[in-house]
Amino acid sequence: MNIKVYVPCDTTAASVGADRVAEKIAAEAKQRGLAVQIIRNGSRGMFWLEPLVEVATEQGRIAYGPVRPADIQSLFEADFLHGGAHPLNLGLTAEIPYLKNQERLTFARVGLIDPLSLEDYEAHGGVAGLRKAIALEPNQIVTAIKDSGLRGRGGAAFPTGIKWQTVLDTTADQKYIVCNADEGDSGTFADRMLMEGDPYCLIEGMIIAGLAVNATMGYIYLRSEYPRCWKTLNAAIERARAAGWLGDSVLGSGRRFELEVRLGAGSYICGEETALLESLEGKRGEVRAKPPLPAISGLFGKPTVVNNVITLASVPIVLSCGAAFYSDYGLGRSRGTLTIQLAGNIKHAGLIEKAFGLTLREVLFDYGGGSASGRPIRAVQAGGPLGAYVPAKDFDMAFDYEAFMQRGAMVGHGGIVVFDDTVNMLKMARFAMEFCAEESCGKCTPCRIGSVRGVEVIDRIQAGTSREENVELLEALCDTMQYGSLCAMGGMTPFPVMSALKHFPEDFGLDQND
Amino acid sequence: MTQPTSRIEAIVEAHRLRPGATLPILHDIQADFGYIPDEAIGIIATGLNLSRAEIFGVVTFYADFRTTAPGRHVVQVCRGEACQAMGGEALECHAKSKLGVDFHGTSSDKSITLEPVFCLGNCGCSPSVRVGDEILGRVDPDSFDELVDELRKDGGR
Repeated sequence: MNIKVYVPCDTTAASVGADRVAEKIAAEAKQRGLAVQIIRNGSRGMFWLEPLVEVATEQGRIAYGPVRPADIQSLFEADFLHGGAHPLNLGLTAEIPYLKNQERLTFARVGLIDPLSLEDYEAHGGVAGLRKAIALEPNQIVTAIKDSGLRGRGGAAFPTGIKWQTVLDTTADQKYIVCNADEGDSGTFADRMLMEGDPYCLIEGMIIAGLAVNATMGYIYLRSEYPRCWKTLNAAIERARAAGWLGDSVLGSGRRFELEVRLGAGSYICGEETALLESLEGKRGEVRAKPPLPAISGLFGKPTVVNNVITLASVPIVLSCGAAFYSDYGLGRSRGTLTIQLAGNIKHAGLIEKAFGLTLREVLFDYGGGSASGRPIRAVQAGGPLGAYVPAKDFDMAFDYEAFMQRGAMVGHGGIVVFDDTVNMLKMARFAMEFCAEESCGKCTPCRIGSVRGVEVIDRIQAGTSREENVELLEALCDTMQYGSLCAMGGMTPFPVMSALKHFPEDFGLDQND
Repeated sequence: MTQPTSRIEAIVEAHRLRPGATLPILHDIQADFGYIPDEAIGIIATGLNLSRAEIFGVVTFYADFRTTAPGRHVVQVCRGEACQAMGGEALECHAKSKLGVDFHGTSSDKSITLEPVFCLGNCGCSPSVRVGDEILGRVDPDSFDELVDELRKDGGR
């Protein structure tokens, strides 16, 4: 019988050589006359160990990593196909503490299965949610989502069930499900990992959403920076259609649902839901004024559910295991699990899915193992480029939407970017303004002009020109942007800027706060 | 190879009836030509029954679409915060001096066009670079130079 060897096809694994490792293993096995079956799985999300090669043994899957092409020969000599001892042997994958201590609900299958195998997907609990949904009335599906406490995982944390209810209650000849897969925030990669590692989970979630609100067409708006996702999603949709999951009669239910992937074109603002809809309609990605909400007048003016990838991919398990099962995880009003993404200057970068409630310190040190450079961590940016910088003294706050908000920070998509003590926070504040100037859609003045003026004011502060006056001006400018912008781009750019100024005034040439 | 005009017309025809066809059309044209030729604007406008201004507005809004031919290869260096935290800025400077161009510029031998990109979703192995559909992680000045040397040897498109 063929021995199963797993080599991830994930972008990050490939970026450090996984494709070459897979080729080399195949060639070496052939040369040695050994029968191996190489499965290109998703990533387990332990990026410092990539490429992480796993071998299926009687005891379970045994991991080796990080494997370089030059290690392959010695791995064969150590009989890694039967779990042989080798300096890269990490033992049973499931027992690696980083993974073992997680609570993987949405990511249960990622890294475990062949992403495009329908059989693997079903054998690991897939399609069960959809089958349950088919037997329910739309209202019952929406109620289950409401009861689960699921909130939008794209950053805004809006209750998913309430959004769905609005779409369900709005009468129209056509409704849409739109998946926001424009994961533009630096330090976030959960959407990408899920789409590359378990695309059927997203597809199933979107079909359920369609059944719940009577929508028959779905679009996945994918950013063009994700070429592997593009291929995986298109292949998955084709197979799902051939298997009867999509089309005129979803799993023989008589209910129709179609799905298509559309590619973005390098615009960050298209991650904002109304700009995304404009882009899908073939226009410039300019933000729309709200109201009307997309749930009432969205894509092509029709009622539209716009949800993030992780939100939609969390739907199948809510249906298959029940709302109570899901809401038992978490605390306060933050129910279920959060997919924390640890990136930047950190020893153990990766994906941590865990019930809400971990503290930042636990994430950074127990999981992350401290900075990659070995220097002290000075600040982390939470929630993407529009998220606040959090200083070391606040690392004890817990991952909880409300707890973060009280401290002027945001959980957002769960992305954490770590900086050591060599970071210059004035430069990071300037970058936030520069980024906003670059990516602003240009529709509203506070964002379009404010960001350009922001860069100039920060440059004057750096040069020491009328420093006190310019700091005051920067504060006033941020106030205008925060309260006067049309969307979160201009409205939240002040968060990284003001948090840098507040917590690290010394970098702005000001006296340190106590 | 068929005339540019008929190639563009064929692409427009293939997508014309899809809702919101502009971006799929532009992606296909750029995949074929490497950029959006001037004559494409009018052909798309006619095909979709929109104004030339609307199509031009879309082309110029999105960072992906270029209106001039790039070098044989396009190399994107990530400027996201996670990459900056791992020496991304030093890599940006190195890339510019190695190729002798600023961002959006093409090296004098026309082999490489350098572009910035805001996040490739490879933030666990920063800093990152993209060439074509390949994304490379943990890129340092040495591995960047190796990449450039390899690309210069390669004839490309």
